[in-house]
Amino acid sequence: MTDLPHDPPRRSHARVAGKMVCLAFAMFGFGYLMVPLYDIICDITGLNGKTGRLSIAEAQATQTEIVAEDRKVIVEFVASINQGGSWIFKPMEKTMTVTPGKMYHASYYAENLSDNAVVAQATPSVTPFAAAKYFNKTECFCFTRQAFEPKGSKDMPLTFIIDPDLPINVDRVTLSYTFFRSPNQS
Amino acid sequence: MSSNDVTHHAPDDHAHHDHDEHGPAPGLMRWVTTTNHKDIGTLYLWFSLIMFFIGGAMALVIRAELFQPGIQIVDPMFFNSMTTLHAIVMIFGVVMPAFVGLANWMIPMMIGAPDMALPRLNNWSFWIMPFAFLIMLSTLFMDSGGPAGGWTLYPPLVLQMGDSFAFVIFAIHFMGISSVMGSINIVATIFNMRPPGMTFMKMPMFVWTWLITAYLLIATIPVFAGAVTMLLTDRYFGTSFFSAAGGGDPVMFQHIFWFFGHPEVYILILPAFGIVSSIIPTFARKELFGYDSMVYATASIAFLSFIVWAHHMFTTGMPLAGELFFMFSTMMISVPTGVKVFNWVATMWRGAMTFETPMLFAIGFVIMFTVGGLSGLMLAITPADIQYHDTYFVVAHFHYVLVPGAIYSLMAATYYWLPKWTGNMYDEKLGKMHFWISTIFVNVLFFPMHFVGLAGMPRRIPDYSLQFADWNMIATIGAFGFGFSQLMFVYIIVKCVRGGEKATGEVWEGARGLEWTVPSPAPYHTFETAPVIEPSTVTR
Ligand code: HEM
Ligand SMILES: [Cu+2]
Repeated sequence: MTDLPHDPPRRSHARVAGKMVCLAFAMFGFGYLMVPLYDIICDITGLNGKTGRLSIAEAQATQTEIVAEDRKVIVEFVASINQGGSWIFKPMEKTMTVTPGKMYHASYYAENLSDNAVVAQATPSVTPFAAAKYFNKTECFCFTRQAFEPKGSKDMPLTFIIDPDLPINVDRVTLSYTFFRSPNQS
Repeated sequence: MSSNDVTHHAPDDHAHHDHDEHGPAPGLMRWVTTTNHKDIGTLYLWFSLIMFFIGGAMALVIRAELFQPGIQIVDPMFFNSMTTLHAIVMIFGVVMPAFVGLANWMIPMMIGAPDMALPRLNNWSFWIMPFAFLIMLSTLFMDSGGPAGGWTLYPPLVLQMGDSFAFVIFAIHFMGISSVMGSINIVATIFNMRPPGMTFMKMPMFVWTWLITAYLLIATIPVFAGAVTMLLTDRYFGTSFFSAAGGGDPVMFQHIFWFFGHPEVYILILPAFGIVSSIIPTFARKELFGYDSMVYATASIAFLSFIVWAHHMFTTGMPLAGELFFMFSTMMISVPTGVKVFNWVATMWRGAMTFETPMLFAIGFVIMFTVGGLSGLMLAITPADIQYHDTYFVVAHFHYVLVPGAIYSLMAATYYWLPKWTGNMYDEKLGKMHFWISTIFVNVLFFPMHFVGLAGMPRRIPDYSLQFADWNMIATIGAFGFGFSQLMFVYIIVKCVRGGEKATGEVWEGARGLEWTVPSPAPYHTFETAPVIEPSTVTR
């Protein structure tokens, strides 16, 4: 330090700098906090086509309060494969006509065309987004990773129930799955 | 108010040079070990000038390839690394370091402080930069090539590049550390080093805009660092922040990135607002009109910049409520921005204006930045942006705010303060020529991009359909014209450093502010004794 005849600082540099360093670290943390926040916001609002998930008991409770017996909603099933892996992946039925409040079963078929055992993960998306939070699943092959033998295949079930509160202007819901080969496999 | 009533001890009146370490250390080591704010400012400025030509050369590769439709000169992968690295170099290697360099040189002199608050940290902040860029640019010579997924680094594309990816992330981390350290220093200097009497509302606009910019940097660069760290761990350590296969979501990257990215674009322009707010009053020979409103406008722009980020994501399928919110909040930013433009115009109104080179660049800034602001407003209209997004219209928008905007402010600043730095006047005739040639070519270069953009030409593509050929050819001619006319800039600077008509301390007839009360060239140490600042002292 030089002995400059300038006024000594009224506040300590270390204090100001320390506060700024804390701010920087806090914002680094905030960047990571955006990850759970993002999921929470998507869940609450049903944005991003994140579907709801119910336990069987909850679903049965919903089922008893059917209010829309005469309402019909068309559910379309779509399948796509990420980055052209060697798969067959398709819905067993392309569309279903359903009544909100009732439980339905559907299934997808997947076949591993490669000679290696692979693990795959399907991620769902519902459009229109406004319908996503009313589209509840009690069982879905997308809840867990799916393991396949070399050349193995399977039918993968899905159970869903559409909440009777589904906005009245929605008469067609598209459920789309993208099939990913899971990372970190040798 | 005249600028000459500064009640201030001119430093040579009482300069008690009783110790010898006052001059710079001799030899090259001076630059390596220096903790002097002026030396470090000079280092930053030279660094950014060099990077300007590296980034510019990349731009010319891009424009040369786009001279005609079809693929002629470079392969598409290399083309894409050029667009990516051009942006990274220009943003992080040119505009940001140049502003930091100016902050180093000018903030202590403007507030009457002897140096920056943390001189050693300052040395580190600078010296990290060249190494960060060495690493970044060295990826071009690695087997897997430079980054080619765009400066926005969107996954999954960016994760598909080769292993030079790790070097890119590493370099970004270092650039980030450097800017955060630099910003901390600036905040500490402005808070702690003001002499008595230098209240916040007596600070020049450049100091104010930098204070606010420093906060933006400290608040957003770490978020960016977090985002790229997530990319790194997704790639090498098995996390799945952005990989749908593991339950992540690539769109989330865009949210995190733009939470940083939009404030970042204001980091690139707020100090420019400060520069222009210093220059226009000098050459209009009038006080800055609406100083208080300028301060509040800057603060509101900074605040608003945190809540508009998703205007970069209108096409990701946001719900209507989100699109409306981000559309309105984005448009709201043009209110404080408009306040600034009107204040600059009002400052010139009935001023005794003269048009020296810095003033020409400043007026060029006001006009052409406004053009970019208007195209920004068009982009903020969600339904329109669905058409404009990822076209050359966006390219035209951000180049208008960044080239005749941020870069022009840097040129204005260079001409304005060069006599103070070197003690010599630059060649006024050449300076004016530099301005006019640049201004003609910059418009030939960027204006046609609006047309091809509206017609649907996508950005970041090395080839295009035939109907875009004519305007692209014109843009390329503009690019080479603009690029080569910048050699004049270097020539003028070098000539001025080497000699020329001697500058007075005040330099400009209408100059205001403490930096003009010290001799030219500014002595190695200034304001070792705090200046006396009365309420009547003109400090801005
Ligand atoms: C009136 C003020 C402004 C408004 C309303 C505005 C609005 C926008 C919008 C809506 C976009 C997204 C376009 C798209 O990708 O479809 C955009 C892009 C951009 N803006 Fe602005 N902007 C403004 C000022 C600025 C300023 C001052 C700067 C920087 C100095 C800037 C730099 C950029 C950049 C770099 C991009 C492109 C980012 C990328 O995709 O690579 N803008 N602007
Ligand atoms: Cu933005």
